[in-house]
Amino acid sequence: MVEFTALASQVLVGLSRAMILFIVSAGLSFVLGVLRVPNVFHGSLYMIGAFSAFSIATWLGGHPAGLWLALLGAPVVAVAVGLVVERALLSHLYQREHLMLILFTFGVMLVLNDLVKLVWGPDYRSLVAPPSLQGAASVLGISVPRYNLFLLFVGPLVAAGMWFVTAKTRIGRIARAAAVDRDMVGILGINVSRVFSAAFMIGCYLAGLGGALVAPTTSITLGMDHTIIIEAFLIVTVGGLGNIWGALVGSILFGVTQSVGLLVWPQFAIVFPYLATVIVLLLRPTGLLRSVW
Amino acid sequence: MPEFYVYILALILVTGLLATSLNLVLGYGGIYQFHHAVFYGVGAYTLALAITRMGWPAWVGFAAGPVVAAAAGALIGVICVRLTRLYFGMLQLSLGSLLWTIVLRWRSVTGGDDGIHGILVPAALQRVEGAYYVILAVVGASLVALFIIVRSPFGATLQAVRDNPQRCQAVGIDVRVHQLVAIVIAAFFAGAAGALYVVLERSVFPNMLFWVLSLEIFVMCLLGGWFTFLGPLVGAGIIVALRTVASRYTENWTMILGTILILLIFFMPEGVMGHLQQWIAGRRRTREDAYV
Repeated sequence: MVEFTALASQVLVGLSRAMILFIVSAGLSFVLGVLRVPNVFHGSLYMIGAFSAFSIATWLGGHPAGLWLALLGAPVVAVAVGLVVERALLSHLYQREHLMLILFTFGVMLVLNDLVKLVWGPDYRSLVAPPSLQGAASVLGISVPRYNLFLLFVGPLVAAGMWFVTAKTRIGRIARAAAVDRDMVGILGINVSRVFSAAFMIGCYLAGLGGALVAPTTSITLGMDHTIIIEAFLIVTVGGLGNIWGALVGSILFGVTQSVGLLVWPQFAIVFPYLATVIVLLLRPTGLLRSVW
Repeated sequence: MPEFYVYILALILVTGLLATSLNLVLGYGGIYQFHHAVFYGVGAYTLALAITRMGWPAWVGFAAGPVVAAAAGALIGVICVRLTRLYFGMLQLSLGSLLWTIVLRWRSVTGGDDGIHGILVPAALQRVEGAYYVILAVVGASLVALFIIVRSPFGATLQAVRDNPQRCQAVGIDVRVHQLVAIVIAAFFAGAAGALYVVLERSVFPNMLFWVLSLEIFVMCLLGGWFTFLGPLVGAGIIVALRTVASRYTENWTMILGTILILLIFFMPEGVMGHLQQWIAGRRRTREDAYV
């Protein structure tokens, strides 16, 4: 019999992992919704975010402020990389069919993969959370690592930020309009190309932020792009393509099934979220929430 | 010929069969088969498990490989075929990834992330040359079979379904049945390619079912040309040969592959064979013009 407190603590840890998945897949979903680009190198930007966070923290020599600056700086690196790719290459391909866009972004992923290897080397890296976020805290008698509580705080913050940007700002409104009918937005005299660029940067920022946030919890390694991107794509599909709240629902499903699975049957823990994904897609192939496609 | 070249040639044939089988559903069927590598992996693991865990004779395992892959194709196909395009692809990707995680974790049977190595194939196949002739024969026969299928009435209907599914439905063609049959056939030959891979390499590993391999096969089809029969084989040949040469000089093969892919999409999206066909057609036209 699984003990209640163990289960509760595992659910909380799963939810905190879901927050990172949400941040990454919200970015993917946003780009998918507005630009109609299934961005395979979104995972590479996540990896770049994690490695950059490591570099920034190391550069500061283990100063307690290292992680905070890394959280600010690493997403900027990801945005810079993404912006170069978008302006130089991707922006010329928006009219191509989805299969070509998938293959193109896959090509960029392959290139970025080797670039990361050239810049940071093939070794594992790790990053230590600042002292204030180390150790465990007790919530209602349930013991949870402090860093996971921090993630549980950041996730909703990002969700609120995304809601504000898409619902309340001019650029967000235009982006949502462009997601529905980009030609009409263009006819209204709005520079769609610039809107797309901005939307793409928001996506890149979220990928980099996810990478920086995950850095203290795992070993930072080449290949982390491969696993995150498949998870993010499945989450986005489960939630409904282009729907950011769907990404939140999908992430929670993915994160919690995995962490509870870890408690129930550790060997097959990774199988559970994929199984959950398949079950959802069998019942609702277009996702749980309304897709913008 | 030095043994190494024979080995590379055999690898090109195996990979070429895999890419050609994908092209049946992708190029001729217009089906978004996002996770074709799964059937390759199923074929390979079937042979590997038949020999190492079940103790079956190798030829039984070899026959079982494509059959089990085709069964997997039928199962996944039945589930996915009611959807179209991106949704078809995503459901298939999720089912394939589920299978990948099971192979990755079921350590006692599949060997987990290490895979299975040193699979004992019959003595005649242990030399590269022996393996090569078997591979040449099987791939040759499979390509002929696939060519006949593409040129058959079924193949013609499949292409019609690709170009206009609504119209096909209206004239009484069962679109889903045609797509499902194409998926099963493609899975069968992908499974055969997987079994041949075991004959050549005597090992299997879970990355054979990982999504990255599926996209790499896509790249081969694109490079060779989707709408041509020999394109995928040519694409597979170019990529395997380039990888072999490049890996002698650099560790950054994926950067080269990525760059080729990006250039291809910008400058030659119809692929090598497609480009060649257009070029030949263009020449013929100008020659005809000259006589007019």
